[in-house]
Amino acid sequence: MSKLLFVTGVLLSTALSSGGALAQTTLTMWYHGAGNEVEQKLVNQIISDFNTSQADWKVELQSFPQAAYNDSVVAGALAGNLPDILDVDGPVMPNWAWAGYMQPLKIDETKIASFLPGTKGVWNGQLYSIGLWDAAVSLVTRQSTLDALGLRTPTLEQPWTKDEFMAALDKAKASGTFEYALDLGTAWTGEWYPYAYSPLLQSFGGDIVDRSTYKTAEGKLNGDAALAFGEWWQGLFTAGYAQATQDPADRDAGFNSGKYAFSWNGNWAAIGTLAAYDDVLFLPAPDFGNGPKIGAASWQFGVSAKSAHPDGAAKFIEFALQDKYLAAFSDGIGLIPATASAAALTENYKPGGKLAVFFDLSAKQALLRPVTPGYVVEAKVFEKALADIANGASVADTLDAAVDEIDADIEKNGNYGF
Amino acid sequence: MASKFTRSNRIGWLMAGPAALLIAVFVVLPFIFAIGLSFTNQRLISPNPTEFVGLANYEQLLGIGMLTLEPERDASGAVLRDADGAPKYPTLRSVTRNNPDLPQFAGMREWFSFQLGEHPTYVLARDVVFMKAIVNTFIFVLVVAPVQAGLALVLALLINQRLRGINLFRAIYFMPVVVSIVVVSLLWRFIYDGSSGLLNNLLGALSFGAFPKIDWLGNPSTALGAIIAMSIWQAVGFHMVIWLSGLQTISPSLYEAAAIEGSSKWQVFRYVTWPGLRNTAVLILIVITMQAFALFSQIDVMTGGGPLDSTQTIVFQAVERGYGKQDISGGSTISVILFVIVFSISLIQRYLTREKQ
Repeated sequence: MSKLLFVTGVLLSTALSSGGALAQTTLTMWYHGAGNEVEQKLVNQIISDFNTSQADWKVELQSFPQAAYNDSVVAGALAGNLPDILDVDGPVMPNWAWAGYMQPLKIDETKIASFLPGTKGVWNGQLYSIGLWDAAVSLVTRQSTLDALGLRTPTLEQPWTKDEFMAALDKAKASGTFEYALDLGTAWTGEWYPYAYSPLLQSFGGDIVDRSTYKTAEGKLNGDAALAFGEWWQGLFTAGYAQATQDPADRDAGFNSGKYAFSWNGNWAAIGTLAAYDDVLFLPAPDFGNGPKIGAASWQFGVSAKSAHPDGAAKFIEFALQDKYLAAFSDGIGLIPATASAAALTENYKPGGKLAVFFDLSAKQALLRPVTPGYVVEAKVFEKALADIANGASVADTLDAAVDEIDADIEKNGNYGF
Repeated sequence: MASKFTRSNRIGWLMAGPAALLIAVFVVLPFIFAIGLSFTNQRLISPNPTEFVGLANYEQLLGIGMLTLEPERDASGAVLRDADGAPKYPTLRSVTRNNPDLPQFAGMREWFSFQLGEHPTYVLARDVVFMKAIVNTFIFVLVVAPVQAGLALVLALLINQRLRGINLFRAIYFMPVVVSIVVVSLLWRFIYDGSSGLLNNLLGALSFGAFPKIDWLGNPSTALGAIIAMSIWQAVGFHMVIWLSGLQTISPSLYEAAAIEGSSKWQVFRYVTWPGLRNTAVLILIVITMQAFALFSQIDVMTGGGPLDSTQTIVFQAVERGYGKQDISGGSTISVILFVIVFSISLIQRYLTREKQ
């Protein structure tokens, strides 16, 4: 019965697509933004602009809630049912590319030459995905706080050193004005941990995995630099600078209501903070010895491996990379536009704009999370290790266990093709 | 037995058919797959071919070892001692990691240690998190099964009366059961909140501020207890209803006879009610045990297994590995182990509660 239906369907669709000269070939697209009205509107705008701009292709959108998006793609892939165009979270892309869900993205290289490095999804020497925006993290505080505590204002050229940063926390704590000196955002479980905290480890000189081979984490996640990072991380909580378990409500509103002196937070939360205070500062990450680092890469667009029309899909993505769309997304949902020329069109990121500093942070400090198919597992292991250390677990043992788990996973997967 | 199923029972099979088919397709078949997958290295996402790996997954999960540390000695063989005169031991890490002399301990971690005789002995596990998950799950079952069953019986006895407005109480006690467990878990996260939670405020008000604020879910020593309490509260109404149905099958004439004999309330309960509830009790015990072993949603919403693995459970680990870490074979192996555990316990319960002739 279903077979018959299928055959009829195929016949019908071939008949339709070969029918008139005017018929456009349909491209399906999945997007993670269901539930976000503004985002939905922006995507629909690009699609309808694209559909009317040419006669060959017609993009049809299907949206998913972000929390269910990755699962839907995996389920769709297992069922052999992926769309032509899909969007993918930057660090997850290598996993999907390796698994054969995605194919290299064939677009004009010159079009993305000026894009922020964090927006380009490159794996195995090939571009698989490209983002219209990036996200960045900064150390949020207020000028009045720095003045009251007698602290130097760090700059991109001269960020705080580890000692300066710790002295700042110390002074904030000693002042007694704040419930806690630092809001790290430990309430945000999941990808926030590797996104926000692994750059700190990298600034210490460690890493989640050895990026020279991607075959082991030994010596990187449990080497001397990582041990120093672990002790420092645990110290933040044992010394009472930050909370190992944080109330999600405190994460959302704590800094804006004066509970914390400093907040380690992303550009997406910046608008709310700007509304709460008129002297907000977005400071660069401190340098813990190996250069100041923050995370990079957000959601990006790519073409699924099974797509019968990769040329059409690439055309659509190329079309979406126009500055006006980059700027629209930035204005609409507060993201960092991928190019400087698009930034100039936006309200917050234009030179002298309130959030322009994030564009510079992305350009100067951003470091991609490990570009390997194993990242999805490594991220989970890293998150658990950091949560355990924050809760008082032995640093060396926890990091050793994390290394063992990551190495076992890499081995189980035949080195993920490296 | 077999003849009873086959003998002129077409209507019976026809009626059971749809359910049996659905159970076969969505429960039995996946489980048979799981058994098969547990002997392979199947991944959720992978271009690599699936390989048969024998019992490697089981060894990885269940492998344990014991190691007694020898104190450090100097060149002459004398035991090195610290300032207090206690012998100095090498760290466990230095013995088990990258040690070609003891390859059997590679990748193992301390589960717990004890001092038997002179030197400390460590029990090492290849997968400490899973070991903790097993222990936590057993603690959960051992506390929840009797407490929830007992509390449900008390509630059932309370509402099994002819009082005005008794239906209101029945509804109130039953309410948590019909609310989604995810919603209940979210609400209890607020109740247990460390700074502004209802429970802390309540305890603080009752003790005039003397009771210190506790981060119930963020503290390894209270997290599991908090989840146990909340789980008992959530499902107690369900078992109350089953007890109630059992209570109402007891013939009123037995109670009348007891009243004529002049029995006390306790005697009525002990010699009339309780024997009449025998089959209900067996059912409830088995159902609660099986449900308790499947503890997952509360963990997923409230703690994610933390802090410090104090709320890891078997099913949570199965999902975390199979889906979160894309290791379907590992998740399947955990499911099979859970099946063996629950099945053996059910058999034991059946044996212990059998009708003695």
